[in-house]
Amino acid sequence: MQISLSHFLAVGALLFTFGLLTVATRRNAVGVLMGIELILNGANVNFAAFNHYVVGGVSGQVFALFVIVLAAAEAAVGLAIVLAIFQTFKTIDVRHADLLRE
Amino acid sequence: MNFTLGKLTGWIAAAALTIGFLLAMSWLAIGPAQHAVASRAAAPGGLVDGLFYAVAGLTVLGAAGVALMRSILYSAIGLLMALLGVGSLYVFLSADFLAVTQLLVYIGGVLVLILFAVMLTNRITDVEVSNRSVGLWGGAMLFVAMAPVLLAMATVTPFAVREPEVVLATTAAIGNAFLTKWLLPFEVASMVLLATLVGAVVIARKELKAD
Repeated sequence: MQISLSHFLAVGALLFTFGLLTVATRRNAVGVLMGIELILNGANVNFAAFNHYVVGGVSGQVFALFVIVLAAAEAAVGLAIVLAIFQTFKTIDVRHADLLRE
Repeated sequence: MNFTLGKLTGWIAAAALTIGFLLAMSWLAIGPAQHAVASRAAAPGGLVDGLFYAVAGLTVLGAAGVALMRSILYSAIGLLMALLGVGSLYVFLSADFLAVTQLLVYIGGVLVLILFAVMLTNRITDVEVSNRSVGLWGGAMLFVAMAPVLLAMATVTPFAVREPEVVLATTAAIGNAFLTKWLLPFEVASMVLLATLVGAVVIARKELKAD
Protein backbone atom coordinates (compact mmCIF):
# COMPACT_ATOMS: atom_id res chain seq x y z
CA MET A 1 0.00 0.00 0.00
CA GLN A 2 1.45 3.32 -1.09
CA ILE A 3 2.08 5.63 1.84
CA SER A 4 -0.10 8.70 1.65
CA LEU A 5 -1.29 11.68 3.63
CA SER A 6 -3.52 9.55 5.85
CA HIS A 7 -0.59 7.52 7.13
CA PHE A 8 1.22 10.60 8.39
CA LEU A 9 -1.99 12.02 9.84
CA ALA A 10 -2.54 8.73 11.66
CA VAL A 11 0.93 8.90 13.20
CA GLY A 12 0.31 12.50 14.20
CA ALA A 13 -3.03 11.58 15.74
CA LEU A 14 -1.48 8.75 17.75
CA LEU A 15 1.33 11.02 18.95
CA PHE A 16 -1.23 13.60 20.02
CA THR A 17 -3.35 11.03 21.81
CA PHE A 18 -0.44 9.52 23.70
CA GLY A 19 0.73 13.02 24.61
CA LEU A 20 -2.70 13.88 25.94
CA LEU A 21 -2.73 10.60 27.86
CA THR A 22 0.64 11.46 29.38
CA VAL A 23 -0.44 14.96 30.38
CA ALA A 24 -3.64 13.66 31.93
CA THR A 25 -2.26 10.73 33.89
CA ARG A 26 1.25 11.71 35.01
CA ARG A 27 1.80 13.08 38.46
CA ASN A 28 5.43 13.84 37.73
CA ALA A 29 5.84 17.38 36.42
CA VAL A 30 8.67 16.35 34.09
CA GLY A 31 6.40 13.64 32.69
CA VAL A 32 3.73 16.24 31.99
CA LEU A 33 6.31 18.28 30.07
CA MET A 34 7.20 15.18 28.03
CA GLY A 35 3.52 14.81 27.14
CA ILE A 36 3.41 18.41 25.94
CA GLU A 37 6.42 17.75 23.72
CA LEU A 38 4.60 14.75 22.23
CA ILE A 39 1.50 16.85 21.51
CA LEU A 40 3.55 19.53 19.77
CA ASN A 41 5.35 16.87 17.73
CA GLY A 42 2.05 15.39 16.61
CA ALA A 43 0.95 18.82 15.43
CA ASN A 44 4.28 19.28 13.65
CA VAL A 45 3.93 16.00 11.77
CA ASN A 46 0.56 17.22 10.54
CA PHE A 47 2.03 20.54 9.45
CA ALA A 48 4.79 18.88 7.45
CA ALA A 49 2.44 16.29 5.96
CA PHE A 50 -0.13 18.84 4.79
CA ASN A 51 2.68 20.98 3.45
CA HIS A 52 4.02 18.09 1.40
CA TYR A 53 0.78 16.58 0.16
CA VAL A 54 -1.68 19.47 -0.04
CA VAL A 55 -0.19 22.95 0.00
CA GLY A 56 3.29 22.80 -1.44
CA GLY A 57 5.98 25.42 -0.91
CA VAL A 58 7.53 25.81 2.51
CA SER A 59 4.83 27.60 4.53
CA GLY A 60 3.97 24.54 6.58
CA GLN A 61 7.61 23.85 7.32
CA VAL A 62 8.10 27.46 8.44
CA PHE A 63 5.15 27.10 10.78
CA ALA A 64 6.56 23.83 12.10
CA LEU A 65 9.86 25.61 12.76
CA PHE A 66 8.05 28.26 14.79
CA VAL A 67 6.38 25.49 16.75
CA ILE A 68 9.79 23.94 17.43
CA VAL A 69 11.10 27.30 18.66
CA LEU A 70 8.14 27.72 20.99
CA ALA A 71 8.48 24.14 22.21
CA ALA A 72 12.12 24.73 23.09
CA ALA A 73 11.22 27.93 24.93
CA GLU A 74 8.39 26.17 26.73
CA ALA A 75 10.65 23.31 27.75
CA ALA A 76 13.28 25.70 29.15
CA VAL A 77 10.81 27.75 31.18
CA GLY A 78 8.83 24.68 32.21
CA LEU A 79 11.88 22.87 33.51
CA ALA A 80 13.00 26.01 35.33
CA ILE A 81 9.59 26.10 37.02
CA VAL A 82 9.93 22.40 37.85
CA LEU A 83 13.29 23.06 39.48
CA ALA A 84 11.81 25.96 41.45
CA ILE A 85 8.93 23.73 42.58
CA PHE A 86 11.42 21.08 43.62
CA GLN A 87 13.39 23.59 45.66
CA THR A 88 10.24 24.76 47.40
CA PHE A 89 8.30 21.54 47.99
CA LYS A 90 11.12 18.94 47.82
CA THR A 91 8.98 16.99 45.35
CA ILE A 92 7.83 17.45 41.76
CA ASP A 93 4.48 15.76 42.25
CA VAL A 94 2.08 18.22 40.64
CA ARG A 95 -0.63 17.49 43.23
CA HIS A 96 1.53 18.82 46.03
CA ALA A 97 2.07 22.22 44.42
CA ASP A 98 -1.17 23.63 45.80
CA LEU A 99 -0.01 26.56 47.87
CA LEU A 100 -2.55 28.90 46.25
CA ARG A 101 -5.49 26.72 47.20
CA GLU A 102 -5.51 27.51 50.88
CA MET B 1 21.87 -11.47 33.85
CA ASN B 2 18.42 -10.24 33.09
CA PHE B 3 19.56 -6.67 33.43
CA THR B 4 22.44 -7.08 30.98
CA LEU B 5 20.12 -8.76 28.49
CA GLY B 6 17.74 -5.81 28.65
CA LYS B 7 20.62 -3.42 28.27
CA LEU B 8 21.90 -5.33 25.25
CA THR B 9 18.45 -5.25 23.65
CA GLY B 10 18.22 -1.54 24.28
CA TRP B 11 21.56 -0.90 22.66
CA ILE B 12 20.66 -3.05 19.66
CA ALA B 13 17.36 -1.20 19.28
CA ALA B 14 19.13 2.15 19.49
CA ALA B 15 21.70 1.08 16.91
CA ALA B 16 18.99 -0.22 14.56
CA LEU B 17 17.06 3.02 14.92
CA THR B 18 20.11 5.14 14.17
CA ILE B 19 21.06 3.05 11.17
CA GLY B 20 17.48 3.15 9.93
CA PHE B 21 17.41 6.92 10.27
CA LEU B 22 20.65 7.30 8.34
CA LEU B 23 19.46 4.85 5.68
CA ALA B 24 16.17 6.67 5.28
CA MET B 25 17.93 9.99 5.04
CA SER B 26 20.46 8.83 2.47
CA TRP B 27 17.84 6.92 0.50
CA LEU B 28 15.52 9.89 0.23
CA ALA B 29 18.17 12.59 -0.08
CA ILE B 30 20.56 10.92 -2.50
CA GLY B 31 18.39 8.33 -4.16
CA PRO B 32 15.94 10.51 -6.09
CA ALA B 33 18.56 13.03 -7.14
CA GLN B 34 21.04 10.47 -8.36
CA HIS B 35 18.82 8.29 -10.48
CA ALA B 36 15.67 10.30 -10.60
CA VAL B 37 14.39 8.82 -13.84
CA ALA B 38 15.21 5.20 -13.33
CA SER B 39 14.56 4.88 -9.63
CA ARG B 40 11.02 6.26 -9.61
CA ALA B 41 9.86 3.44 -11.82
CA ALA B 42 12.27 0.77 -10.72
CA ALA B 43 12.57 1.67 -7.05
CA PRO B 44 10.74 -0.90 -5.04
CA GLY B 45 7.93 1.02 -3.43
CA GLY B 46 7.91 -1.79 -0.92
CA LEU B 47 11.26 -0.79 0.56
CA VAL B 48 10.28 2.81 1.21
CA ASP B 49 6.91 1.69 2.49
CA GLY B 50 8.46 -0.86 4.80
CA LEU B 51 10.88 1.74 6.07
CA PHE B 52 7.98 4.10 6.70
CA TYR B 53 6.06 1.49 8.63
CA ALA B 54 9.12 0.65 10.70
CA VAL B 55 9.79 4.30 11.54
CA ALA B 56 6.13 5.06 12.24
CA GLY B 57 5.87 1.97 14.43
CA LEU B 58 8.94 3.00 16.43
CA THR B 59 7.55 6.52 16.79
CA VAL B 60 4.20 5.32 18.10
CA LEU B 61 5.92 2.75 20.30
CA GLY B 62 8.09 5.48 21.81
CA ALA B 63 5.05 7.68 22.41
CA ALA B 64 3.28 4.77 24.08
CA GLY B 65 6.37 4.25 26.21
CA VAL B 66 6.26 7.88 27.32
CA ALA B 67 2.65 7.47 28.38
CA LEU B 68 2.81 4.03 29.97
CA MET B 69 6.28 3.35 31.38
CA ARG B 70 6.47 3.29 35.15
CA SER B 71 9.89 4.83 35.53
CA ILE B 72 10.35 8.40 34.40
CA LEU B 73 13.76 7.50 32.97
CA TYR B 74 12.22 4.89 30.66
CA SER B 75 9.72 7.53 29.63
CA ALA B 76 12.62 9.74 28.62
CA ILE B 77 14.03 6.92 26.48
CA GLY B 78 10.60 6.52 24.88
CA LEU B 79 10.57 10.24 24.18
CA LEU B 80 13.95 9.85 22.49
CA MET B 81 12.52 7.15 20.23
CA ALA B 82 9.46 9.22 19.41
CA LEU B 83 11.44 12.37 18.60
CA LEU B 84 13.92 10.43 16.46
CA GLY B 85 11.03 8.79 14.62
CA VAL B 86 9.35 12.12 13.98
CA GLY B 87 12.64 13.41 12.58
CA SER B 88 12.76 10.47 10.19
CA LEU B 89 9.15 11.12 9.16
CA TYR B 90 10.20 14.64 8.18
CA VAL B 91 12.70 13.06 5.80
CA PHE B 92 9.87 11.06 4.25
CA LEU B 93 8.02 14.34 3.77
CA SER B 94 11.06 15.85 1.99
CA ALA B 95 11.50 18.39 4.78
CA ASP B 96 15.24 18.04 5.23
CA PHE B 97 15.87 21.26 7.15
CA LEU B 98 13.04 20.43 9.51
CA ALA B 99 14.50 16.97 10.11
CA VAL B 100 17.93 18.36 11.01
CA THR B 101 16.35 21.03 13.19
CA GLN B 102 14.36 18.35 14.98
CA LEU B 103 17.55 16.44 15.58
CA LEU B 104 19.44 19.50 16.85
CA VAL B 105 16.76 21.17 18.93
CA TYR B 106 14.79 18.25 20.31
CA ILE B 107 17.36 15.48 20.67
CA GLY B 108 20.29 17.78 21.38
CA GLY B 109 18.46 20.38 23.43
CA VAL B 110 15.07 19.55 24.85
CA LEU B 111 15.73 15.90 25.59
CA VAL B 112 19.03 16.62 27.30
CA LEU B 113 17.30 19.33 29.31
CA ILE B 114 14.56 16.90 30.33
CA LEU B 115 17.08 14.23 31.33
CA PHE B 116 18.94 16.90 33.27
CA ALA B 117 15.75 17.83 35.12
CA VAL B 118 15.00 14.16 35.81
CA MET B 119 18.44 13.65 37.32
CA LEU B 120 18.24 16.85 39.34
CA THR B 121 14.80 16.47 40.78
CA ASN B 122 14.02 12.80 40.97
CA ARG B 123 15.04 10.02 43.23
CA ILE B 124 15.60 7.67 40.31
CA THR B 125 15.25 4.48 42.28
CA ASP B 126 11.95 5.60 43.74
CA VAL B 127 9.24 4.20 41.49
CA GLU B 128 6.56 5.86 43.57
CA VAL B 129 7.49 9.27 42.22
CA SER B 130 6.38 8.51 38.68
CA ASN B 131 3.14 6.75 39.40
CA ARG B 132 -0.04 7.94 37.78
CA SER B 133 -2.92 9.60 39.55
CA VAL B 134 -5.95 9.27 37.31
CA GLY B 135 -5.13 5.63 37.02
CA LEU B 136 -5.27 3.11 34.26
CA TRP B 137 -9.03 3.30 33.76
CA GLY B 138 -9.23 7.03 33.25
CA GLY B 139 -6.31 6.93 30.87
CA ALA B 140 -7.72 3.99 28.93
CA MET B 141 -11.09 5.71 28.65
CA LEU B 142 -9.44 8.90 27.41
CA PHE B 143 -7.45 6.92 24.86
CA VAL B 144 -10.48 4.96 23.66
CA ALA B 145 -12.44 8.19 23.33
CA MET B 146 -9.74 10.14 21.47
CA ALA B 147 -7.80 7.78 19.24
CA PRO B 148 -10.59 6.28 17.06
CA VAL B 149 -12.08 9.70 16.36
CA LEU B 150 -8.77 11.21 15.30
CA LEU B 151 -7.75 8.13 13.28
CA ALA B 152 -11.10 8.02 11.50
CA MET B 153 -10.82 11.71 10.72
CA ALA B 154 -7.32 11.20 9.35
CA THR B 155 -8.28 8.33 7.10
CA VAL B 156 -11.82 9.18 5.98
CA THR B 157 -11.65 12.91 5.25
CA PRO B 158 -11.11 13.53 1.51
CA PHE B 159 -8.32 16.07 1.48
CA ALA B 160 -7.49 17.82 -1.80
CA VAL B 161 -4.26 15.91 -2.30
CA ARG B 162 -2.06 17.04 -5.16
CA GLU B 163 0.88 15.27 -6.72
CA PRO B 164 3.83 16.02 -4.42
CA GLU B 165 6.84 17.33 -6.27
CA VAL B 166 10.29 16.03 -5.44
CA VAL B 167 11.85 18.87 -3.51
CA LEU B 168 15.62 18.72 -3.50
CA ALA B 169 16.60 21.08 -0.70
CA THR B 170 14.30 23.37 1.23
CA THR B 171 16.91 25.29 3.22
CA ALA B 172 17.27 28.21 0.82
CA ALA B 173 13.52 28.51 0.35
CA ILE B 174 12.97 28.47 4.12
CA GLY B 175 15.64 31.13 4.62
CA ASN B 176 14.04 33.34 2.01
CA ALA B 177 10.61 32.82 3.52
CA PHE B 178 11.92 33.73 7.00
CA LEU B 179 13.49 36.96 5.84
CA THR B 180 10.71 38.15 3.55
CA LYS B 181 7.23 36.87 4.26
CA TRP B 182 7.69 35.81 7.87
CA LEU B 183 10.09 38.52 8.99
CA LEU B 184 7.94 39.88 11.81
CA PRO B 185 7.20 36.45 13.36
CA PHE B 186 10.88 35.63 13.00
CA GLU B 187 11.90 38.70 14.99
CA VAL B 188 9.17 38.08 17.55
CA ALA B 189 10.47 34.52 17.94
CA SER B 190 13.94 35.84 18.65
CA MET B 191 12.49 38.16 21.30
CA VAL B 192 10.62 35.20 22.78
CA LEU B 193 13.85 33.21 22.95
CA LEU B 194 15.67 36.08 24.65
CA ALA B 195 12.88 36.49 27.19
CA THR B 196 12.91 32.73 27.76
CA LEU B 197 16.65 32.75 28.36
CA VAL B 198 16.39 35.47 30.98
CA GLY B 199 13.20 34.11 32.49
CA ALA B 200 14.51 30.58 32.89
CA VAL B 201 17.60 31.83 34.70
CA VAL B 202 15.54 34.09 36.96
CA ILE B 203 13.07 31.33 37.85
CA ALA B 204 15.53 28.49 38.37
CA ARG B 205 18.27 30.21 40.35
CA LYS B 206 18.54 29.75 44.05
CA GLU B 207 16.84 32.44 46.01
CA LEU B 208 19.32 34.45 48.05
CA LYS B 209 17.82 35.04 51.43
CA ALA B 210 18.33 38.61 52.56
CA ASP B 211 18.66 38.44 56.29
